[in-house]
Amino acid sequence: MADNTTLTTEADSFASVTGWGRTAPTTALVERPRTYEEAAAAVRGCGARGSIARGLGRAYGDAAQNAGGSVLDMTGLDRIRSVDADAGIVVCDAGVSLHRLMEVLLPLGWFVPVTPGTRYVTVGGAIGADIHGKNHHVSGGFSRHVRSLRLLLADGEVREVLPGTELFDATAGGMGLTGVILSATVQLLPVETSLMSVDTERATDLDDLMTRLTETDHLYRYSVAWIDLLAKGASMGRSVLTRGDHAPLDELPARARRHPLTFRPGQFPGAPSFVPEGLLGRKSVGLFNELWYRRAPRSRVGELQKISTFFHPLDGVPHWNRIYGRSGFVQYQFVVPYGQEEALRRIVGRISRRGCPSFLAVLKRFGDGDPGWLSFPVPGWTLALDIPANMPRLGTFLDELDEEVCAAEGRLYLAKDSRVRPETLAAMYPKLDAFRALRAELDPHGVFTSDLSRRLAL
Amino acid sequence: MKDAFGTPQSLLVLGGTSEIGLATARRLVARRTRTVWLAGRPSPALDAAAGQLRDLGAEVHTVPFDALDSASHEEVLGKVFTEGDIDMVLIAFGLLGDQARDEAEPMAAVRVAQTNYTGAVSAGLVCANALQSQGHGSLVVLSSVAGERARRANFIYGSSKAGLDAFTQGLGDALHGTGVHVMVVRPGFVRTKMTEGMEEAPLATTPEAVAEAIEAGLRRRAEVVWVPGALRAVMSALRHVPRPLFRRLPV
Repeated sequence: MADNTTLTTEADSFASVTGWGRTAPTTALVERPRTYEEAAAAVRGCGARGSIARGLGRAYGDAAQNAGGSVLDMTGLDRIRSVDADAGIVVCDAGVSLHRLMEVLLPLGWFVPVTPGTRYVTVGGAIGADIHGKNHHVSGGFSRHVRSLRLLLADGEVREVLPGTELFDATAGGMGLTGVILSATVQLLPVETSLMSVDTERATDLDDLMTRLTETDHLYRYSVAWIDLLAKGASMGRSVLTRGDHAPLDELPARARRHPLTFRPGQFPGAPSFVPEGLLGRKSVGLFNELWYRRAPRSRVGELQKISTFFHPLDGVPHWNRIYGRSGFVQYQFVVPYGQEEALRRIVGRISRRGCPSFLAVLKRFGDGDPGWLSFPVPGWTLALDIPANMPRLGTFLDELDEEVCAAEGRLYLAKDSRVRPETLAAMYPKLDAFRALRAELDPHGVFTSDLSRRLAL
Repeated sequence: MKDAFGTPQSLLVLGGTSEIGLATARRLVARRTRTVWLAGRPSPALDAAAGQLRDLGAEVHTVPFDALDSASHEEVLGKVFTEGDIDMVLIAFGLLGDQARDEAEPMAAVRVAQTNYTGAVSAGLVCANALQSQGHGSLVVLSSVAGERARRANFIYGSSKAGLDAFTQGLGDALHGTGVHVMVVRPGFVRTKMTEGMEEAPLATTPEAVAEAIEAGLRRRAEVVWVPGALRAVMSALRHVPRPLFRRLPV
């Protein structure tokens, strides 16, 4: 660490690091390798408290923090190495963001195979968390579209890792704990335009929502429901469903057809660096949710929306995570398998009765599970919500929800977690033992360590 | 590691038989704390305290620790940190003394000062260094409202806590940006063995209430916590009372 003078360039420094939720800051030596060799040297010389790769810091919890150790800021490895515009295959460094990929690939008629609710994640992070998007029920997680990746191991060696191998399945969703992903080869999705054709409808309550999703989800490539978790009683679970697909060229109006593949996401001014606590209380969020629900049409078909509007509404406000103030916030995302709808109803009921001031909670149906050992998706219902961390007795409340999720054989998403009990998490991921065994074999000295791995003994 | 609410998984209590320390440990064990180190002079009370926490499901170790033996702190506490990360250190030891006797016997007064101040300085610095190399953790120090302004009735104890309080604040600033969080806790009159038989001051509180305030402070990453919170305003007013008047106040 400190004696590692050959590596410590001016860009490296000790810094306080948090996840997107801005809770539990810890300090680490942040290094920013610009080449594969620099990354390998950083891993070889990282000291007793190890090292962990970090992308754009969108994991909500402590996945990309390493207290007292080193954090590799991978955004310096930001080259797109090659694009095969015929086959739709891109080879790029791990630090390339999905935003950058869209800028480069959309004009060529290709789109990323999976995008989460933000474009500002790196390819390395997308594999490490095995992210999912609105198309999971059709396309699976991000790693399913990775044809190969180059992984920097604990001994500083680089290995080409192919799907179907143990190391690949441990790395997909492995939260960076098997090694540092240096680059990846990703299969893309062909698109005719950069616009989305979107159907919007309202569901009056949770049962209505689940019926609509169950019956017609298969008709759409992308599907998600925004759900008002503050609505109580008969309207509990009222939602706005937005579902759609990439618009084909012939759906565009004549003028837009001239430049069908332009990608121009707009941006508002960012959130200020200081926001007072408690801005997002039950009243303000309740009002927001009310307006959001009322504003949505009862039913609208074939509306053309920009990619940024449909997929990444929050990316329009840089640093939106600051609006929760100094205490930050927690994102709670779980999945319960199909057949456990009762558990989902109970949990939504508890959240609604508790009055968690949560805006933009989303419900979605997952398709088949992914092969990653610690990949989150399993076939079932997933709900994600943000909650201010300073809400009284939130910790115990979420522990109770964990028990419901666990009893329903569901699980939590590691990329979102900042608070689960280690034993609860272990009960949710049956392949965790295999994951630990592989790590013990590949990385006996625990070079790859994060606050997450310490907290949960991964 | 601490979770999003600042709740530690491992806890080191210096002053392992302190009622406030144990109330805090019990509260945190009910949340996330799995490993507790109780540091104190070996005694049946220390073992009983360990047993009580074990019954709650924690893995408890006891460490022989004497606040007055500053020279040994480095070795004794250093050993604890080699066993694994400590997410939170609670400096809970302290000696109230007996004002009248201490005024008459200077060595007794020195004992109060050495326990509460110099003992905490050496232990605090040892722990601060260890936490700093971990890159994370909270150092929580039990100060007292008595340190906020010296009173005729207990200025020996009060002055030792004033020193401790100032030391802790400075340490907090020194550690700012290192990932280590330092929190001063200033309780008012707490009903414990230490204060048994004494006349209660207004706004008296309990060890459990202090524990609750500590948990809330960890969540907010607070630097100063008053228990009860109203004492902050009260003491802020008392601080500014002119001395001739203050002397005559029945405090």
